[in-house]
Amino acid sequence: MASSVYLCLPRAVFLLFLVIQGLSGDGNLVQNPRHRVEGNLTGLPIVTFEWHHVQTPYLVIIWVFVAGLAKLSVIELNHHVTSVIPESALLIILGFLLGGIVWGADKAQTFRLRPPTFFYYLLPQIILDASYFMPNKLFFSNLGAILIYAIFGTCWNAATVGLSLWGCYEAGVMGPLDIGLLQFLLFGSLIAAVDPVAVIAVFEEVHVNEVLFILVFGESLLNDGVTVVLYNVFDAFVTLGGPSIDAAEISKGIFSFVVVAFGGSFLGVVFAILLSLLTRCTKHIQIIEAGFIFVVGYLAYLTADMLSLSAILSVTFCGICCQKYVNANMDEKSVTTVRHAMKVLANGSETMIFVFLGVTAIDTEIWVWNTGFILLTLLFVFIYRIIGVFLLTWMLNKFRLVPIEVIDQVVMSYGGLRGAVAYGLAAMLDKEKIPEKNLIISTTLIVVYFTVILQGITMKPLVQWLKVKRAAHSDLKLIEKLNNRAFDHILAAVEDICGRIGDNWWTRGWNRFEENYISWFLMKPKARKNRDYLFSIFHKLNLVDAVNYVSEGEQQGTLAFIRGDEAANVDFKKQFDSEFGDVMPDIMVDMSNYENFSITSIVKDTIPSVSLDIHGQDRKNGLDDFNAHHLLQQHLYRSRKHHHHKYSRSQFGINQSEDEVQEIFQRTMRSRLESFKSAKMGINPAKKITKHHKKELTHKIANGHPDGTGHLYGDEVDSAVGSETGAVSSTFMRDMYTMGAGIENPVFLSDMDSHSQSSLPWLMETEAVAPSQRAQRHLPWTPNRLRRLAPMRISTCSTDSFLMADVSLTLEEHEEQPQTDHEEIRPVFD
Amino acid sequence: MGSTNSTLLKIPNVEVLMQETGFSPAHIIRLHDRFKALDKEGRGHLCPQDFGEIKELAMNPIGDRIIGAFFSPGKETVDFHTFVKILAHFRPVDKDRPKEPNSPEPINSRSNKLKFAFQLYDQDKDGKISRDELLKVLRAMLGMQVTEEQLESIADRTIQEADLDRDDAISFEEFRKSLEKVNIDHKMSIRFLR
Repeated sequence: MASSVYLCLPRAVFLLFLVIQGLSGDGNLVQNPRHRVEGNLTGLPIVTFEWHHVQTPYLVIIWVFVAGLAKLSVIELNHHVTSVIPESALLIILGFLLGGIVWGADKAQTFRLRPPTFFYYLLPQIILDASYFMPNKLFFSNLGAILIYAIFGTCWNAATVGLSLWGCYEAGVMGPLDIGLLQFLLFGSLIAAVDPVAVIAVFEEVHVNEVLFILVFGESLLNDGVTVVLYNVFDAFVTLGGPSIDAAEISKGIFSFVVVAFGGSFLGVVFAILLSLLTRCTKHIQIIEAGFIFVVGYLAYLTADMLSLSAILSVTFCGICCQKYVNANMDEKSVTTVRHAMKVLANGSETMIFVFLGVTAIDTEIWVWNTGFILLTLLFVFIYRIIGVFLLTWMLNKFRLVPIEVIDQVVMSYGGLRGAVAYGLAAMLDKEKIPEKNLIISTTLIVVYFTVILQGITMKPLVQWLKVKRAAHSDLKLIEKLNNRAFDHILAAVEDICGRIGDNWWTRGWNRFEENYISWFLMKPKARKNRDYLFSIFHKLNLVDAVNYVSEGEQQGTLAFIRGDEAANVDFKKQFDSEFGDVMPDIMVDMSNYENFSITSIVKDTIPSVSLDIHGQDRKNGLDDFNAHHLLQQHLYRSRKHHHHKYSRSQFGINQSEDEVQEIFQRTMRSRLESFKSAKMGINPAKKITKHHKKELTHKIANGHPDGTGHLYGDEVDSAVGSETGAVSSTFMRDMYTMGAGIENPVFLSDMDSHSQSSLPWLMETEAVAPSQRAQRHLPWTPNRLRRLAPMRISTCSTDSFLMADVSLTLEEHEEQPQTDHEEIRPVFD
Repeated sequence: MGSTNSTLLKIPNVEVLMQETGFSPAHIIRLHDRFKALDKEGRGHLCPQDFGEIKELAMNPIGDRIIGAFFSPGKETVDFHTFVKILAHFRPVDKDRPKEPNSPEPINSRSNKLKFAFQLYDQDKDGKISRDELLKVLRAMLGMQVTEEQLESIADRTIQEADLDRDDAISFEEFRKSLEKVNIDHKMSIRFLR
């Protein structure tokens, strides 16, 4: 496969290019499309070749296509290469090749990365993508540090690089150049900014801890405010000329920073509010919701640019602020659409940027080589970044609760990559005012290549080398493996208990304010209700119980009440169609022909497979060992520790696999619900047995277990579900836990009276819970009659931990009778 | 924070707490804020439901055990002191602590960390991890695809590897010995509790 890729793709690209070169050599006439009849016509042309008609769009699309092919070939290359050299570097190199081809054909670089193209068509979607998927909590909790790095770090870099270069120029190291101090400072300001595109591209390959990542990433996004200001200020100063700069101008410059930065952010927030309101209002035309995100995001960018505010900041804050509301308001499908589309656009843009960065290099017109200037720039950029980071971190660590370690600082300083933004700014310089523009462009390009290619390649080995002490040399024994994983889980749990982010007065106050006022304004009422997280989990569990019920019933052949009963089906459809059709269309379809429905995805195979090889006793041990290790390797649940990456260009929702999460969830919630149930119902063991279906009698009344081990939740369900042995014993409920007494499986309660006012939460009013994406995909719909769902427990400790949002119906009845006998404590959803 | 001292004063016996656990005042305040946030009704102590509110714990296969570890046997509530003391287990080890012969081992010493982990396995507190208890832990941590027999074989092998005195259970000493190559300091420490 790889070798054929090697052969085909470059050839295809080469051929394409020759074709384009040939074609674009033709005249540049752009006529009205479809106007076929031209001047001197001797006969009727049947088919004509109309290159001029399609030239512009065709070239654009061809370039997009070529960039896509380039990315494809880069990814499909030998994995060894891609693991050493980051994609971005490979794309640039490929750009060199392509540029060489174009150059060879045309003797001039017809395709350059022009600043308007870059700034208006390629950059906005990358920033929008970055901000839309930004881990907000992490971002805001580190916002102080990020701002310090972005503002002071960038200013420091700009000033020191500019001044040092000027100093060296004055010292005569660079030879004769037509440059003044202001121009050096201008150059410093455009080369100082860390570039978000490059940072994402390189850090994607290198897994660093999340705080470090957010610091570098956040800095790269927020420093645009500073860069834009510095660039414009120095540009204006250069135009004004040296003598007219006095204190007034300088103070204006500082003031403009405030205006540009805060203005840009504020504008972004305004657009975010607009977007949230828009998505709130689209109830019936959900198909265009997804489009709004992109349109409004782009509007935010352009509007800010029009007002000469910081466009990147505007888009950043638009994305950051609207995430939550947009995701809550939109239909599940729209959410997925937006995510996928964003990733496609962002990936595409990034690829094109890097390819064009490469192509642009192959152009003899722009290259001016001045050894001193270039080498000194590289040196200063590198050194001052390191100094700046260490200095600022030293100051920050005095105030931070969690100090930033030295290793992190090294990675941060090494990760200060420059990229296309710097090049774009350099290309926008006015040649009249800055005669050495080409020198600046050349230097910028060299700096970009150096950082992206060299630093990109060496970043991963550096990170690994710095952390090299933890390497495990020998094969771990089973117990070590098990414990390692257990420790990971323990750590993750304790981190959650401690609250990684911190819970001070400000965050709580803000959360309260946000919940009460902002969400009320920006979120759909339906979405607001669904925020009750535990409720949705409970709902999911109920659905799973329902499935189990059906499968059990099927196994026993008692599905007549579902199958034959027309009424049930009809009721079901009628009731739900209007209200829930838009929400759960897939489920409706499933239910309508459930013969085809396979519930094996839910119900686990209950027949244990004999997996051990029992050939001979002598071989057993070795095989056991192998199997055991293999099993542990395969099946241990991964903990959060293994998924550091909060933001990735090509993936989203990086988490444990859906099944894993679901399994753990179900188990935990089930065990909790169980212990609560038993706490309530454990007081009255006797009465429960008689009332119900014979199936429940198989539950074990294990009254003789004083110590709470072996949690016997619904063994029938266990057999149905397969392998739950209640391992997660809720030890904290130990004392309240009277074992198994009367824990009949609520799934099999046989009261099937039809109560039309179903108190299933999703049937209550029109505004009900929309099952999550996962529920829709995995779980079938439940028949109307499904009632045996686990009763809601009214906790004695806190009033609302497990209660649903719509408390109305069920709980008042139960509130007053917490200790009564069983007849009263019937399943809640009748 | 301007209210540092006043917040500290509100916590009873905070000096003793800081001494025992080694947390700095800033950390104590942070943990106190967290405690208050979890204790939604302001009762001054936490009960299991409050821990249950933490969403991510439901995603954790042994989350419920860890919650249980906060509650001493017989008690149903956790007060702030206990909360902090348990979390102190996860402080990174102070490398440059002077070794005082008479002072008790700090809570975050290697062996105390191991004891904490051991208690998570040993639910009935008899000082040994029996085969059943190990099975339960394995069950919790392994996916549904693993069958009972596979589970039992893993448990058997694990005990075999670690059990030195052949009593078919893992005592604390055996547990410690089997993990001597593992860097417990790293594996059971949370950076931001330094």
